[in-house]
Amino acid sequence: MSDVKKFMFVNRKAPYGTIYALESLEVVLITAAFDQDVSLMFLDDGVYQLKKGQQTKGIETKNFSPAYRALEDYDVEKLYVDKESMDARGLTEEDFLVGVTVLSRAEMGALMDEQDVVLSF
Amino acid sequence: MKFGIVVNEGPYQHQASDSAYLFTKAAIENGHEVWRVFFYHDGVNNASKLTEPPQDDRHIVNRWSKLAEEHKVDLVVCVAAALRRGIKDENLAQGFRISGLGQLVEAGIKCDRLVTFGD
Amino acid sequence: MLHIVNKSPLTSNTLESCLNTAMGGDILLIEDGVYAVTRGTAVEAKLRAAMGKFRVHVLMPDLDARGLGDRLVEGVLPVDYAGFVELAASNKTCQSWL
Repeated sequence: MSDVKKFMFVNRKAPYGTIYALESLEVVLITAAFDQDVSLMFLDDGVYQLKKGQQTKGIETKNFSPAYRALEDYDVEKLYVDKESMDARGLTEEDFLVGVTVLSRAEMGALMDEQDVVLSF
Repeated sequence: MKFGIVVNEGPYQHQASDSAYLFTKAAIENGHEVWRVFFYHDGVNNASKLTEPPQDDRHIVNRWSKLAEEHKVDLVVCVAAALRRGIKDENLAQGFRISGLGQLVEAGIKCDRLVTFGD
Repeated sequence: MLHIVNKSPLTSNTLESCLNTAMGGDILLIEDGVYAVTRGTAVEAKLRAAMGKFRVHVLMPDLDARGLGDRLVEGVLPVDYAGFVELAASNKTCQSWL
C-alpha cells in the first residue's frame, strides 16, 4: 500500500481492569505492519500500561507488557507520555519499561492536531 | 465523503452501537458513503444472530444487517476479538463478515474520516 | 479537529482531560457527555470558561432523552445526527475521548 498516514493511538485506560489496553496494542502492531506512521500517546490512567514489573500470575492473565518493548522491532518508536498524568500517579520515567518522550499537555494537543487518524479504545 | 466507523461496545449494554448506527444512517441520508463499519472489543457481539430482544425494543443486530443490505455497508467483525467472545461464522448475523484487524487499518487509510464509538 | 466526549463530567475526568489537552476547535458532547452542557451543575463554570477556546456542540437527541433539553447552557450549539456528521466531515480528524 503506497499511501502512508499518520496514525495516533491515544491510550487513556489502565491495563487488566479492562481489555482495551491489550486489544489496542494488537491494532498498533498491525498498523505498523501496514507501514504507517505510528505514534502512541499515554494519557491519564493509560500511563499505567507502561509500568515496569507487572506480575500477572496471581490473576491468571497474560502479562502483555513485554510487547511494548517489541514495538521498536516494528519501527514504532514514537511513544509519548503526558507529564501531568505521570506526576499525578507518582511515577517517573524510570518506572517505565520502555524509553518514552515526556511531553506537556499542550505539546500532546499539538501532536494530536497533526494526525490523519486518531484511534482511542 | 467516505466514512469509516469503529464500534467498540456490545449492543444493549452501552449506547455506543446505537450512536454508531444513527450516525451511519444520517451520513448515508446526507449523501456520504459509509465504506466500512468495524466491530472490535465487545463490539463483536453486535454480530450475533442469536440476539433476541423483547418485541417492544429495537433489534440492534437486525438493524445493522438491514443497513448492510440496503446500502452495501461492509460490516466487519474482528476475528481475534470475535473468537475470544464466541462469535463465529455459525452464529454470525446476515451482512456481517469476520476478518482481521488489517481491515480496520485499511479503513483508516482509505476513508476520509474514521469515527469511533465506544466506552 | 473534532473532539467527541461521551462521559459525564461529574463521574469522569474525560472532559477535563480533553479541555486541558486539545488545542481548540470543535467539541461535541454525546451520550452521557451531554450532562456537561446543562445549567446549574458543579462544572458549569469550567464549561463556560472552555467556551472561549472551543466551539462546544451537543447532540440534542441525547440531551432530550435524558430530560434536560430545556437546560442547555447558553451559547452551546445544538446538533442532530446530521449535524454530527457535518461536524465530522468539516474537521480533518476526529478523536473520541474514550
